[in-house]
Amino acid sequence: MEAKIQTIIDKYGADKGFLVPILQDVQKEFKYLPREALTHVSVYLGVPISRLFEVATFYKAFSLTPRGKHELSLCLGTACHVRGAPLIGDNIERTLGIKAGETSSDLEFTFETVNCLGACALGPILVVDGEYHGNISITKSNKILKKLGKKVQIDEEN
Amino acid sequence: MAEMVTLTIDGRTISAPAGTTILEAAKDANIYIPNLCNNEELTPYGSCRLCMVEITHKGRTRIVAACIYEVVDGLEVNVNTERVLNVRKLVIELLLARNNEHPALRKIADELGVKETRFPVEKKGCILCGQCVRTCREVVGVSAIGFSGRGITRRIAAPFMDFPPDCIACGSCVYVCPVNFIPMREENGVRTIIRFDFPMQQCKKCGKYFAPKKQLEYFSKTTGLPLDHFENCIDCR
Repeated sequence: MEAKIQTIIDKYGADKGFLVPILQDVQKEFKYLPREALTHVSVYLGVPISRLFEVATFYKAFSLTPRGKHELSLCLGTACHVRGAPLIGDNIERTLGIKAGETSSDLEFTFETVNCLGACALGPILVVDGEYHGNISITKSNKILKKLGKKVQIDEEN
Repeated sequence: MAEMVTLTIDGRTISAPAGTTILEAAKDANIYIPNLCNNEELTPYGSCRLCMVEITHKGRTRIVAACIYEVVDGLEVNVNTERVLNVRKLVIELLLARNNEHPALRKIADELGVKETRFPVEKKGCILCGQCVRTCREVVGVSAIGFSGRGITRRIAAPFMDFPPDCIACGSCVYVCPVNFIPMREENGVRTIIRFDFPMQQCKKCGKYFAPKKQLEYFSKTTGLPLDHFENCIDCR
């Protein structure tokens, strides 16, 4: 872990000004910000650990807890909301057995809701590992989950 | 000698060095502006929002925080206009919603004629003035504590909500807090800040517990003097 972090920091010339990009890279590497990783960053960059904790908790893009292999973000903006996104959210929560913002215990799925993705015409939208799925329905969301390896009972008639 | 600028505060003509804030200039002129987050030893922060004043500059009037607004030539400052007082009353009500008991807040509320807050009282205690964080960073120089989260989840926190590894238990954060939010006590040679225990050093001569061990280690590190130099209390040194 230490060597990987050293490489990331060296890429930015060990400049404190690049703290956020460095943390983004660390997050990309480990899928979240492990406590140990932040300690290394603190030492190499000469930034107090309290400062790193501030930054890591301030931005929603950073996570201090492990995230799932697959990340699902469901848009709950106004347009998606009126088109039934909350129902889809309920279905995903039920299927994965987790609440929005949580990660499944097998570290396969992280499900969260976002407030607007800026593609309201396509609503409701579900983002799966960076890929946008528009006009989502409960059936479609089940198919996506099934593709990702989750056992889902799909009502074939729909 | 810094360049002087001339401004008026509540009709009084005042000259102040360029670069000072309205709050500092007012203080020098014995004009009272309530504030909780300002501390002359720390960089201005502007978080409590109690020092709001009305300024008129080049024909424009607006409300600014006196503790972070630097004086400029020809600035006209009004400390107690109706508009300002309305803002300040709202601010103290919001602060009372976080802490409706502390005398420092009660005193300012009384001055403004505010009896109770219209907002649900959450009794968070901390008003997020950031003096502890800034003191730890700027005066003590160890940056053991910081903020965490943002918006309604913002709070003062040790890294990972766990034992702060850099803390030297000096108690400066406890001392500087305007609302006594951070508890500290000493018992049987252990200083406890919030829920974290720090062992104290016993004086080699008189046997009194006089300072946290970590603080003495920090002294030794920063001054370059050997640690045993600090193992006697000030009276026995």
